[in-house]
Amino acid sequence: MTIPFLIIAFVTLVPAAVAMALRNLIHSSLLLIASWAGIAAFYFWAGAEFVAFAQVLVYVGAVSMIVLFAVLLTRHTRIDAGLAPDSIGRALAGLLAGGAVFGVLLGAVLSTPLRVGAKAAAQVPVKRLGLELMNHHTIALLAIGILLTVSLLGAVVLAATDSKGKGATP
Amino acid sequence: MILTPLHLCLILSSALFCIGLIGALTRSNAILVLLGIELMLNAANINFIAFWRYGPNPEAGTGVLFVVFAIGVAAAEAAVGLALVIAIYRHQRSIRLQDARLLKG
Amino acid sequence: MIGATSFSPLLLAAGAGADSFLERLPLVIRDTVAGVFPAPLQWLVGSTLSIVAIVAIFGGIFAGLTLVERKMLGRIQNRPGPNRTGPMGLLQPIADGIKALTKEDIVPRSADHLLHYLAPVALLAFSILTFAVIPFGRNLVPLELDAAVLYFFAAGAASELAIFMAGWASRNKFSLLAAMRALAQLISYELPLLLSFVPIIMLAGTLSMTGIIDAQAGWQLGFIPRWYIFTPWGFAAFVIFLIAALAESNRSPFDLPEAESELIAGHLTEYSGFKYALFFMAEYFGMIALSGMAITLFLGGWRAPLPFLEFIPSYAWFGAKLLVLLLFFIWIRGTFPRLRIDQLTRLAWKFLVPLALVNLGTAAFWSLTSGWSGALQLVRWALTIAMVIGPFVLLGRGLSGTHRPRTYRYA
Repeated sequence: MTIPFLIIAFVTLVPAAVAMALRNLIHSSLLLIASWAGIAAFYFWAGAEFVAFAQVLVYVGAVSMIVLFAVLLTRHTRIDAGLAPDSIGRALAGLLAGGAVFGVLLGAVLSTPLRVGAKAAAQVPVKRLGLELMNHHTIALLAIGILLTVSLLGAVVLAATDSKGKGATP
Repeated sequence: MILTPLHLCLILSSALFCIGLIGALTRSNAILVLLGIELMLNAANINFIAFWRYGPNPEAGTGVLFVVFAIGVAAAEAAVGLALVIAIYRHQRSIRLQDARLLKG
Repeated sequence: MIGATSFSPLLLAAGAGADSFLERLPLVIRDTVAGVFPAPLQWLVGSTLSIVAIVAIFGGIFAGLTLVERKMLGRIQNRPGPNRTGPMGLLQPIADGIKALTKEDIVPRSADHLLHYLAPVALLAFSILTFAVIPFGRNLVPLELDAAVLYFFAAGAASELAIFMAGWASRNKFSLLAAMRALAQLISYELPLLLSFVPIIMLAGTLSMTGIIDAQAGWQLGFIPRWYIFTPWGFAAFVIFLIAALAESNRSPFDLPEAESELIAGHLTEYSGFKYALFFMAEYFGMIALSGMAITLFLGGWRAPLPFLEFIPSYAWFGAKLLVLLLFFIWIRGTFPRLRIDQLTRLAWKFLVPLALVNLGTAAFWSLTSGWSGALQLVRWALTIAMVIGPFVLLGRGLSGTHRPRTYRYA
């Protein structure tokens, strides 16, 4: 029961941590994709099949592509731009803040007695999810649809260049 | 004090959250900052699934649905965020966040 | 946990008791072999057998298909095709395999060695993963999932990543450009591919492959099967799916990423020997998997096309339909000229996507009017056909009216 979980946690956390430390952006992105896949594995392990596939489809399939395209379109060299002189202090401060947050969260989690439901979680059939989505959460669904449309248009407007103006930026 | 599976899931998610946080705070590259924020969102999703799975009422699909919505929002965020990064790059020829300070008073 | 819920060989065999012996034969073989092992290991042995069977059978189909494709293309182009290795060239795939295995594996010095190695492996692994949910026969579903259709496309989406890795790891600017172009194509055609089968899911009311095949059971007028392709919207969706599938599997006329006669094989430029063969294999596996998906979604899966032919085992029908689709793909490759990149993306965004969206409305109308009968049934058919043909004509006119000089922005 816990062995698969530990493997999944390892596969999720280690690539994420390494990705955040690497200077090669493409390697970071690819490692983060591995981490996202690990999270999908966690969903699968927890019995949320539908979410696991959605995670793979959206993150591994779509977000990864946007990220990789963005890296390639904005890159001078393969390496992350040189760090600013004050960056050692910044890195230390960031590490300290992150470590402090982790300490607080860990303490809070460990000191809370959590009761786990005795019965095994029932698989939620996809059909039930769909019906619930369409009955109780219709407004949220519509809002997500509008949000995605607006963000699609916004992304196009932001990233597009005028072809009729001074010409595309090189 | 016993470590239940729920505890383990919460520790996983807080570790992931903090990795994302450290990344977002320390890196100067806008894309990596965005990716750190994505990791933090994913950590929140893990919590939803963990509480849905081990909570008192796993038959209700609310936790699952919340994660589906969160994934949708995260996708929108990534698209707009990276479009912004490209727009910034076009103006500044760099995506170091320290360089994007035109609006600083 | 996953294995326990999805796999129980003995139970499956018991449920299939009503079928003929030939129908049950694969299950009987699997259970007999698995029965030799102790009970706790049986699910493992059974799954391994399924995996071995899939890889062996589709590996064989891949080998045969390369030969058939070269023969057929030869005939279409009025030349004999390979005929020197063995009788009628039948041993050509083996010779090709030996050649690919013994060739030198060249890796550019500045390449990213790990990613360069990982890309073909990942591509092949993901394309084999997609076979896991396709129902090859009445009782032959390797993995029964509630969200099987979603699984199929989630596994397929990861192949884009492998193409990017191949292009980037080669450290060759042409490879990288070609990989980005290939990605643009794959992303563009993923949209119509996904949109085209949404009506099917809407009408079948399920994401499970078995459920979709069950929804296509029965006969209209006594002999026409109730497959989705025999409805107006289903036919339109099938055509869109087929075009998008051609593009997704990099088949001609959408084989721009490779375009062996014009570009230098795109993102595969720096690959040689067995790694190249792996890419080749993954491409064919992708084509076979998408054909299997098309069969499941539109052509009634493993169901027989006529009532009196049902005595033939279901997997034979699946194989026959698969063969027809694959030969159709080869025929298309031999017939159509390659598209330009701007024509390619325009076809996807300005034609297929709007058409698939309109088709969604058509299918909704079809499902709303399912109660109509008698003369109203004719009205229903006429209206639906009009809803399919009207947008096709209107959008098609816009597509062909763009014969003006092109301006290159990014070339």
